[in-house]
Formats: sequence, C-alpha cells, structure tokens
Amino acid sequence: MAAAPDESSPIPALEVRDVTKSFGAVAAVQGVSFPLYAGEAHAVVGENGAGKSTIVKMLAGVYRPDTGTLAVNGVPADFGGPADAKAAGIAVIYQEPTLLPDLSVAENIAMGNQPLTRLRQIDRRAMHANATRLFARLGVHIDPDRPARGLSIADQQLVEIAKALSSEARILIMDEPTAALSGVEVERLFTVARALRDEGAAIMFISHRFEEITALCQRVTIMRDGRHVCTELVADLSVDDMIRRMVGRELSALFPKQDAVVGETVLEVEGLGREGVFRDISFTVRAGEIVALAGLVGAGRSEVMQAVFGVDTYDTGSVRFLGKPLRAGSPRAAMAAGMALVPEDRRQQGLIMELSVERNVTLPRSRALARLGLLLGGSERREARSWTQQLQTKLGRLSDPVGTLSGGNQQKVVLAKWLATEPKLLIVDEPTRGIDVGTKAEVHRLMSSLAARGLAVVMVSSELPEVLGMADRIVVLREGHVVAQLTREEANQESVMYAAMGQQVAT
Amino acid sequence: MSAASATAPPTPSPVKRIVGALIRTRELGIILALAALICYTAAGNPRFLSGQSVRDILLNTAILAVMAAGQAVVVITRNIDLSVGSVLGLSAFAVATMMSANPGLPMIVAILAGLAIGGVAGLINGVLVRFGRVPALVVTLGTLYIFRGVTYSWAGGQQVNADELPRHFLTFANDSFLGFLPWLVLIALIVVGGVSVMMRNYRVGRELYAMGSSPQAAELAGIRVARNLLGVFVLSGALAGLAGVLFAARFGTVDAAAGTGLELNVVAAVVVGGVAVFGGSGTVWGAGLGALLLTVIGSALAVLDINQFWQQAIVGALIIAAICADRLVAVRIARALRKKDSHV
Repeated sequence: MAAAPDESSPIPALEVRDVTKSFGAVAAVQGVSFPLYAGEAHAVVGENGAGKSTIVKMLAGVYRPDTGTLAVNGVPADFGGPADAKAAGIAVIYQEPTLLPDLSVAENIAMGNQPLTRLRQIDRRAMHANATRLFARLGVHIDPDRPARGLSIADQQLVEIAKALSSEARILIMDEPTAALSGVEVERLFTVARALRDEGAAIMFISHRFEEITALCQRVTIMRDGRHVCTELVADLSVDDMIRRMVGRELSALFPKQDAVVGETVLEVEGLGREGVFRDISFTVRAGEIVALAGLVGAGRSEVMQAVFGVDTYDTGSVRFLGKPLRAGSPRAAMAAGMALVPEDRRQQGLIMELSVERNVTLPRSRALARLGLLLGGSERREARSWTQQLQTKLGRLSDPVGTLSGGNQQKVVLAKWLATEPKLLIVDEPTRGIDVGTKAEVHRLMSSLAARGLAVVMVSSELPEVLGMADRIVVLREGHVVAQLTREEANQESVMYAAMGQQVAT
Repeated sequence: MSAASATAPPTPSPVKRIVGALIRTRELGIILALAALICYTAAGNPRFLSGQSVRDILLNTAILAVMAAGQAVVVITRNIDLSVGSVLGLSAFAVATMMSANPGLPMIVAILAGLAIGGVAGLINGVLVRFGRVPALVVTLGTLYIFRGVTYSWAGGQQVNADELPRHFLTFANDSFLGFLPWLVLIALIVVGGVSVMMRNYRVGRELYAMGSSPQAAELAGIRVARNLLGVFVLSGALAGLAGVLFAARFGTVDAAAGTGLELNVVAAVVVGGVAVFGGSGTVWGAGLGALLLTVIGSALAVLDINQFWQQAIVGALIIAAICADRLVAVRIARALRKKDSHV
C-alpha cells in the first residue's frame, strides 16, 4: 500500500478540477487541477503567494471556488462551510493553530464529535481517554484537562494533529504543520502520517522543507503565481528541479534601481533577539541604500522590523540609529529620531479608510501643522497636495475617503504620509502586495529615487523579482535568524531561494 | 515543550486536584461573599433568616435568575442581549391582557404564551445580529427601545390591575409546590439547572463556549455558528418572556413600564456571577448565584437600615471587583501553566 498506486486507479479520493479563485482584482488561484489519491501523500510546493493556502481554504470549505469543482471520490462537492468539508471526511491542519483557548485540550480534540452517553450527554471520561490515547500515539505528554490557552505553538500544533486524527478523516490536509515542531516531533508526526497513508488515507502536505517532502510524499504538485506548473512523482524530480520550477520566471526590467551615492551608516542592528521569534539578527543600512529582508513567510522578517521600530520589544541586542542608541519599544521615539514604517497591512495598520486623503497624509504631522492646537484646513491641504503630486497619486479630490482609492494609490498615500515626516530611514513591509503591475513599477521607481536622494530604505518583501531588482543588499532570514547576506552581484533567484529554504547552494 | 521525555508526567494527587479545581472555580468567590454577607446581616438582625424574609429573597431572585440564565448563555457566546427588560415588559403586558380577557385559561397557557412572545422577540434579535452583521450591543439596544415602544403604544396609558386577573394566575406566584417550594423558585431552579446542564454536558453547549472563545476557530471547527447564534437569542428572549409571566403573576398590576432598566441588573448578575464579558468562560449556575447575591445585597441593606442609595454603588463595586478577580485568576492560571510546562 505504501507505494504509489498504479496509474490505473481511476478515482482520486479528492480531486481539484480547474479551480479559480480571485480576491478583488487579484487572482490567487487560476485553473489549478490535481488529484489526491487514497494511500498517497501528495506535496504541494510553491513560493510565498503561489496560492497554496488559498487551495487549502477551498478544500476546507472556508472559500468557495469562483469556477471549477472539487470532487470527493469522483463526486462533485460544493462546500457551503467548514462543516460540509468536515462531513466529507476532510480534516485540515492549518499553518496557524486554530484552537479554542478557553476549552480544555480534550474538548478541543473532540469538538464536533464528542463521545456521548446514552442520554446524549458528553462522556467526559471517554473524551479524556480518547485524548490520552491520541497523545500516546503521537508520543507526547500534554495534560488533556488543561485549557488550550497558553500552550506553546508546537504543542498547539500537536493538538491540531490529534484533532485531525480523532476525526478519522479519509483526507488529511496539512498546511506547513512542521514549521513550529522540533526534529523529534516531526519524526513522530511522519510516523503517524505514514501509518494513516498506509491505512488508505489521502494526505496533502504543504512544506518548504524538501527533505520532508522526499521523506513523506509520493507525488508533488508545483504551483507558481496561482497557476499549476506540474504534478509529478517525487521520485522523478530532484530538489533542484523543484526549486527551478517554483521560481521559473524571467526577471523583467521592471525594477529600475538607480545607482546612488552610499553615505554614512544610518541603522545598525546588533544581535537583536526575541525569544521564540528571532535571534541574533545583525545588519546595517547606510544612506542611499536599499536593503531587502527576504525569506519565507514566517521567517520573522516583519517581526524584526517591528522590533526595530519599537512596535514590539526585543530581549537581546541593540539598535543604533544615526550613531545613537535608540530606545526600545517606543515607536514615538523612533519616529522622533527620523524613522518611518509603512506596515504590511495598509487596511489595518497604515490608513484610516473612512478619513479623507488629506487627513491620512497629514496624520503623523497633525501636531506640527496645527496652529494654537487647531487643525485648520489650509495647511493640511497644501501639505497633502504637495506630497500626492510628488508621488503621482491618482485621486478625485483630496477630501475623498482613502477607502475609495485603488490599492496602488492607497499605498502611495501611506508612503506620502510617512515621507511627509521627512524620515532618514524608511521601512517598507511588502510595499507592492496586492498592487497591479503598472503601479508596482511606479512604487519601485519612487523608492529608487528616494534612495538616490539619500534616504536609507529597508524593504521586507516576499516577491523575489522585486527583491532582486530593487535591493543593493539582501539579508536572507530563515526560521528567525540571518542565513545569508548577499550583495547585488551575488544574488540571483536560486541563491536567495536556496538560502531561504535552508538548502546548500548547488554549484 | 512537552515532547521528548519518555517518562510520564507526575500526576497530582486527587486531593490536590480537587483543591486546585476549587480554587480555580470562579463561583467560589460568590459563594464566600454570599456566606459572609448572610452571616454578618443575620448577626445584626436575626429576623433576616426568618421564613418570610428568606421566602421574599428567593421570590425576588427567581425572576432575575431566569433572565440571567438566558443572558449568561448570550454572554458566553461573546454577545449581549440588552432587550430583555423590554421583552419582559411586552410579555408581562400581553399575558396579563390575555388572562384578564380570558380568565378561564390555565396557567400553562400563560407560560407558553410568554415563552412564545419572548422567543419571537429573541429571533428578531438573532436574525439582525447574524444576518445584519451588526454587533449585538447595537441591535439589542435598538430593540430595547422598539419593544418598549410597542408595549407603550399597545397599552396607551392603560394598565392591567390585579383585580382584573383570575385568581389562579395571581396565587401561582405565592403557592408552593409540595407546600414549601414556591412555584416561582421551582421554575427558576429548573431553568438555571436545565440550562447549566445543557451548557456543561451537551454538544451544543460546548459549541457555544467554543463560539465565544474564538469565533474564527469555531467556524473552522465546523460548528453551525449561524444556527447556534439564532438559538441563543431565541433562548434569551424566551426566558425573558417567561420572566414576564412570572412578573405579572407576582405583582398583579402590570403597565407598559414593567421591567424598565432590568436588563442592567441581569447583565450585572451575569458578570458578578463570573461569566467573562469576552465570552468563552463562566457558568450559568454562577449567573444564578450572581442574581441571588444581588438580591441578598438589596435585602441586607434594608434589614441593616443602610440607605438604599448605597445599593447601586455596591453593585457597581461588585462588578468591578468581579472583573478584577477574573483578570487576577487568568494571570495566575497562566503563570501556573507556564510553571507546569517547564517541569515536563
């Protein structure tokens, strides 16, 4: 049973057929098809944003495909919600654990199919025994009676796995289940997964670790930019082949980084660490330079920059800015010293959607612009007009709510807002996420010209072409620490990807 | 981390376990407060423990406890139902009018009518909250005024007097089951007990805790969130409707203002009873105890001849104390769990 079933086995346990899903103008998944066979583990790999998690959410019944169908045992299935997917025998282990913090571990595991007594009451004793049995099978010791609140991420993930096991699902979907686990725990998980597979369950496995894929999976589907690249037997592909097919696009000349005179050191980060998130992070940024923080989702890139800016605290290390030590944990001090942070999620953190464009642009400077504590329209409007014109923002009136602008123009408003504070260092987190290609190029041109004017820029980005095109230097993070610092000349798609995935550079 | 080690973790002795569970029980604080208050008051004035006084306290608690049971369920799901006072008023007036027009109707019909009126009102709340995607606080604040307005316009300044109501309806409040347990108290006990068991021992109850604990995770776990939420508001409404019938039977005279402002007492009982305002934890019987505590405070102040105005201030202080205690317990549990982890 362990071997891949022969090609004649006609009906997959679960089949994704030509599925498409878009969010607004962004197509997350376009025309993807692949089968999951019973008794087989199937890896799905791809870069950040390749659409893997979107597929998972469709299989889990969280999203509905726009077009295309999902078929369970050859029968088309329409999942109205997670309950339907569950009823169809699909269990999902998400990247982020989804436990119920106030309920006990045993209850979390049993939720939805608790053992019942004759009076249809919950049989707590059986529920407890069930949890104990599952933990024994996984070889871990977690008290089934303790609440899920306060469990470490690894333990939470183990509870999720126990949850999936208890539902006796025929289709098990695991979205990076191993990211938070140690080697021993991963090995235990794999032992259980192999046993399930050999008992005839279909497993879909998402991971960035190739050694895990070759250890567990028979078949692999590679995705890139929301599209299906290929589905092959794992035995037929080398790791190099997989990486090449994941990256596989040509670098366009879309990212024109102007050469700038590199000036003095602006930011020095020395041995920065926060327990369980990142450790021993050191790098410097000089005026006129664009430094990119690259790495996979969850590598700790945004967390590092948030700690530098003071949104979060750090446990060890120091940050020096313009030669002076910067107070930890105080965004106000960072702003006063001349730092600006354009956050990843502009809807949540960067803009106030209901407020007008001019209010948003001048928000960080409202104190400086006010006369006798009163904000009068004139000074705000002048300031906002000057910046939006410089950034070539397309908008109706300055008094329109920011929410009415397109994604790219919203991003320009966020940039304008922080540039208005005349910073020495600009931190941008995923500056072009969800922005169309044309506006993307404009944002890039803008960042490049800002650097040319002597601004130091730190860019956190998941998009490799952007990183390669824009950055003077690339700091690659993997699982919370710096694995490589590459200059513009050393960096190419392969070297960055290899570093980010913890593989040796093939020479 | 808990993996790796091959030896079993040390299991605490049963005595230690029970003591630990008791200390962690939120309701313990209320029981202690109740005991202290009763002892102190009875020491000052022994008549506080006379049969009539105890009976009055229990009768006054009953109506509040019935509503608190429904409210507790709503709050556990991370919602709130502010319309219960108005639903009580509507149900009380409707049922009183019905009984005065048809004196022959048996008590059970009155109770069913009250439940039905409240259930429909609750359904309206539930639909607005779930399908209108409006926070429960706003929806039920709106329906608080709407239901009250409906009652006022229906009553048109009239009231139903005790002498218009049939005798069996009025005596229901004072009659006793088996001669010692007033019907009102029995109903309250059944409601609080029944809802407690539902929340503790049945799947649907655990699903409601799950919904309050983490709405997203509950949805991902395949819980029928919409259905459950409607059910919760219907339950809260129906119990408020039932409370309306009990109110009419107990006081006899009903006008359109019946139960005005009662929703705040109900929420106070729930919070004092240890139900977390952010949902996910607390018990229904705790809320029942909260109702009892609030009523006892009211009576004790009267017995001790303390200005009634102090009552509100004391209730307020209790609410704040309950929330502080919650925080404190949560922090201590978190610390205890962390310590436990590091041992393994």
